Amino acid sequence: MKLDPKHTQKAAVAVLGSATLLTLTALVFIIGFVLQKGLPVLSWAFLTGSPQDMGRAGGIFPAIAGSAALTVLAVLLAAPLGVGTAVYLTEYTRESRMTAIIRFGADCLAGIPSIIFGLFGFILFVTILKMGWSLLAGGLTLSLMILPTIIRTTEEAIKAVPVSYREVSYSLGATRWQTVYKVILPNALPGILTGVMLGVGRSLGETAAVIFTAGSSLRMPASVFDSVRTMAVHFYLLAREGISAENAYGTAAALIIAVLSVNLLAYWMMNRMIAKRT
Amino acid sequence: MQRLLLAVAFSALSALLLIAIFIVSQGLPFIFRYGFKEFLFSSEWQPQAGKFGIFPMVVSTLWVTLGAMVIGAPLGVAGAIFLTEFVPRPVMGIVKPAIELLAGIPSVVYGFIGVMVLAPLIRNHLGGPGLSLLAGSIILGIMILPTIISISIDSIMAVPKAYREGSLALGATVWQTVRMVTLPAARSGIAASIILAMGRAIGETMAVIMVTGNSVKIPGSVLEPVRTLTANIALEMGYATGMHRQALFATGVVLFVVIMILNFSASYVMRQRKARR
Repeated sequence: MKLDPKHTQKAAVAVLGSATLLTLTALVFIIGFVLQKGLPVLSWAFLTGSPQDMGRAGGIFPAIAGSAALTVLAVLLAAPLGVGTAVYLTEYTRESRMTAIIRFGADCLAGIPSIIFGLFGFILFVTILKMGWSLLAGGLTLSLMILPTIIRTTEEAIKAVPVSYREVSYSLGATRWQTVYKVILPNALPGILTGVMLGVGRSLGETAAVIFTAGSSLRMPASVFDSVRTMAVHFYLLAREGISAENAYGTAAALIIAVLSVNLLAYWMMNRMIAKRT
Repeated sequence: MQRLLLAVAFSALSALLLIAIFIVSQGLPFIFRYGFKEFLFSSEWQPQAGKFGIFPMVVSTLWVTLGAMVIGAPLGVAGAIFLTEFVPRPVMGIVKPAIELLAGIPSVVYGFIGVMVLAPLIRNHLGGPGLSLLAGSIILGIMILPTIISISIDSIMAVPKAYREGSLALGATVWQTVRMVTLPAARSGIAASIILAMGRAIGETMAVIMVTGNSVKIPGSVLEPVRTLTANIALEMGYATGMHRQALFATGVVLFVVIMILNFSASYVMRQRKARR
């Protein structure tokens, strides 16, 4: 029996459509569920209070501070390296075997599981370099994790700067470096910030790499050599050790809101950049 | 300036090499001392007794990953096809970024949903402890959806419009065009998305620890609890010392090698596509 193409078309639309619907439902359900359970827990006191009794009561302020400190440190370390790499790849050299290898290295780094980063940071930063579980060890580890994202997005942003801008700059007698930092980087800034924001989003949500390098101390950090607990780690410990489901939901809601708004900001900047170009 | 930038440009590559060197130098001597075959194919993991066989973890990792792919790949590819070919472009313009945003949900959150919602469902309706191979596969299958959908959409969109128009002009339906023209043309990008998603599934740690139950044994059914390679490292790293710690790094070496093989394959598949253009 030969099926009528019109009927197979209808069947295909039905099957593909329901698969898409199922996907969207699952993803929306996850966010909706966490927000529905967690939002009632969120309050000013919860966000700014100190945890009591291992997090059974009280707030999550030290975890918020820990997340913020660790993320800022990771970005400060990774952004110069990532932007420098992208500038070199796009402005200072031609496509060659070497650039292909550098790009491949960045792609591979992006695919390394976070637990491997955790092992590496633990052995090199925490143990061999004797930093202990600390903000510094965690920040260094995270900076390597977000480096590929920053390289990729910065490269795209620099490539999107029109060639004519460069030509004008060179024709005025500017050197290559002057052109890069007076013309290209300012014009590519929104794209670079997009990459940085995506890196921030990844740092905020990371757990496996952080727990083995930054530790899980609940005290407020006083220096980069102090251990910190991030929101993601705090949430994990609350949930896994069954300390408090209620506070776990609250922390999860705060974490999701932070990550999604950072990512949303990144997309908004990227779209604005694209809109400006065309 | 040029020299400085050249040095900086090697940062990512050096980081990769540094990671490889440190993981391997910590783990490989142990593998040689303990015996490659014994380490990889023995089923006894009893750190206190000095027995370090990771075979159950290898098998469990393969099953969980396979399960995740069986759930995630068809759904993801179907979603990508539907969004590119059967839905008005402006709608896709909203749905695709929304799905990519969801890729940013931290893995611990997925794990928590697995514990609170999925595991009780499995326990009450299918039996077993709930925290199981099945729960791990479903959660991972959902987690890899954004990766598969996003990259597949990009590769389907990259198929020249003329291909589709040619097929439609010959009287083919949209579905016939998708099946006979668009999908074959986009197949390497779709394959790459599935390989990358597989890497993500194998490497995922926190969500898996929370939902799979973590018993060290070869699973007899999908409802039994399992422990993956990543979970093995994360669960015991906190207190392991001496040989035990080296064995965990050796587990890391196995994981690292598998991931690098997947990275190479994805990059190879993508290059094939570029070469054909």
